[in-house]
Amino acid sequence: MELTRLKSWLLAIGFVVLVAVPPLVTALDETFYITLISRVMIFAIAALSLDIILGFGGMISFGHAAYLGLGSYAVGILAFHEITNGWLQLFVAIGGSAVVAFIIGAICLRTSGIYFIMITLAMTQLLFFIGISLETYGGDDGLPTDRSEFAAFIDLGNEWILFYLILGFLVLCMYISWRLINSRFGMVIRGCHENEARMQAIGFPTYRYKLLAFVISGSMCGIAGFLLANLTEFVTPEFMHWFRSGEIMIMVLVGGMGTLFGPVVGAFAFLLFEEIISGFTENWPVIFGPLLVLLVLFAKQGVWGLLPKSKAGDG
Amino acid sequence: MADPILKVEDLTKSFGGVVATDQFFFDIHQGEIHAIIGPNGAGKTTLLAQVSGMLKPDSGRILFDGQDITGLSAAERSHLGLARSFQITSVFRHFSALQNVALAIQAHQGHSFRFWKPAAKDSSLTEPAMEILSDLGLADRANILADNLSHGEKRQLEVAMALATDPKLLLLDEPTAGMGAEDSARIREFLGGLKGRHSMLLIEHDMDTVFSLADRVTVLVYGRGIATGTPEEVRGNAEVRAAYLGEDDAAHA
Ligand SMILES: Nc1ncnc2c1ncn2[C@@H]1O[C@H](COP(=O)(O)OP(=O)(O)OP(=O)(O)O)[C@@H](O)[C@H]1O
Ligand SMILES: [Mg+2]
Repeated sequence: MELTRLKSWLLAIGFVVLVAVPPLVTALDETFYITLISRVMIFAIAALSLDIILGFGGMISFGHAAYLGLGSYAVGILAFHEITNGWLQLFVAIGGSAVVAFIIGAICLRTSGIYFIMITLAMTQLLFFIGISLETYGGDDGLPTDRSEFAAFIDLGNEWILFYLILGFLVLCMYISWRLINSRFGMVIRGCHENEARMQAIGFPTYRYKLLAFVISGSMCGIAGFLLANLTEFVTPEFMHWFRSGEIMIMVLVGGMGTLFGPVVGAFAFLLFEEIISGFTENWPVIFGPLLVLLVLFAKQGVWGLLPKSKAGDG
Repeated sequence: MADPILKVEDLTKSFGGVVATDQFFFDIHQGEIHAIIGPNGAGKTTLLAQVSGMLKPDSGRILFDGQDITGLSAAERSHLGLARSFQITSVFRHFSALQNVALAIQAHQGHSFRFWKPAAKDSSLTEPAMEILSDLGLADRANILADNLSHGEKRQLEVAMALATDPKLLLLDEPTAGMGAEDSARIREFLGGLKGRHSMLLIEHDMDTVFSLADRVTVLVYGRGIATGTPEEVRGNAEVRAAYLGEDDAAHA
């Protein structure tokens, strides 16, 4: 994948605008936007991670919220036991998501098509119900939690610092995904999406590569969960609800499946749209639904895909 | 004498009531080009799918270079030195021609758990891929998406991808299917040039290609081998004429 000059510029401008958000909205006395954009960036990470398996790997996982939940419960449960070290929590969020993604992936990847979708969905619902049954940790009421503690200079109690930490993670995840997708590993994943039978015929044992992609994707979404718990200072099984999985998938569709950075744009488009429209009417899905259908019909590669492509036909 | 490169013993495969491969015995000598001909639906592609490991036979054995490979996956067989090209073009449509071939090369350069270096800038992939594309006359089409290649070029890419894995035995399923006379003559010449370097199982409807390239020909009808011999022997076989060649002449006249 190569990025066109236009897309590189848009990404650079987007980054500068994001950096400017905290001072700008503070000057305008609208600090609520710091929280809103923080939330959007967290979902951008989730959508980005889903796109690795959905858009590039062709694995229609309808259970990505599982890792959002796992990442956030890593913070909530550890903090409940007074382990507030941010590095440790982050490690558990990523590691826990990886382990669960490995188990779910190992099972689901033996199936395909509609079965794959159904099983990823069922597995996530299972986690949702486990979350509800964890009475110690608040059950379905959820669990208030403190923010993670890093070294003194990263004080997450400060909304600005939390904002920039999230932005930093977003940029890092985008960079890692970019390298990943263009690497040998990335080519294998994309090849499996294009034509798995041919991949096997030319000598790739495809299962293990797809499984690892599934694990990487889940782990990255675990980071989003870690950040979400920090932002909301609250963890709840709701984070793992299938509805949430659907939303993340819609962000990917809106932004552009298989475009890597499109889903980041999709997260902004979806959540900001929701924010604005829901100010006017509670029935915002009635407006959003048809718009989504139009988008999927006329822009198969989402809003990002509407931009001109590089010569090689992608990016 | 050395083991045959491929030995198929008593192979049977049926789909519901249709017996696509019927107690089939067959072998390919080292370095040989062995053609399989037969009418539509005779079971040629089904045979190839079983040899390449994409389809599980109901019974029988497949030996490659003396080793029983019946239970191995397609990927494992590829690493032993078997490569297949497809009758229905099966390339990576959204990859460039170069990427298609490079991916096949990558598959044989150790594992692909390599996450950082861009594959597109990896000369250990792109250089040999470019060489193979040049051999097949596709050098100037290297950066075109496979989807945007002409039919003939896609067929050439099919062969290029199979070759890129540097196989001992090439399984070619109608490499010239649907090609114009000029393109198919070029492929024929190209395959002739590979003689001696790779053993070949060649499925082909085009009799010019079969009779000019093949060392031996096996005729397959309803999943059974009805004759095997040199092209001349097979051409002279009355049963073959009745079952196949007559019909084929009619179809191609
Ligand atoms: N997956 C399948 N399911 C059911 N029947 C099949 C399947 N694949 C092949 N067959 C049947 O098996 C028989 C052999 O088919 P096959 O494709 O191997 O023939 P072929 O010799 O390659 O023909 P052609 O010259 O048209 O390519 C046919 O009757 C076909 O309908
Ligand atoms: Mg066939």
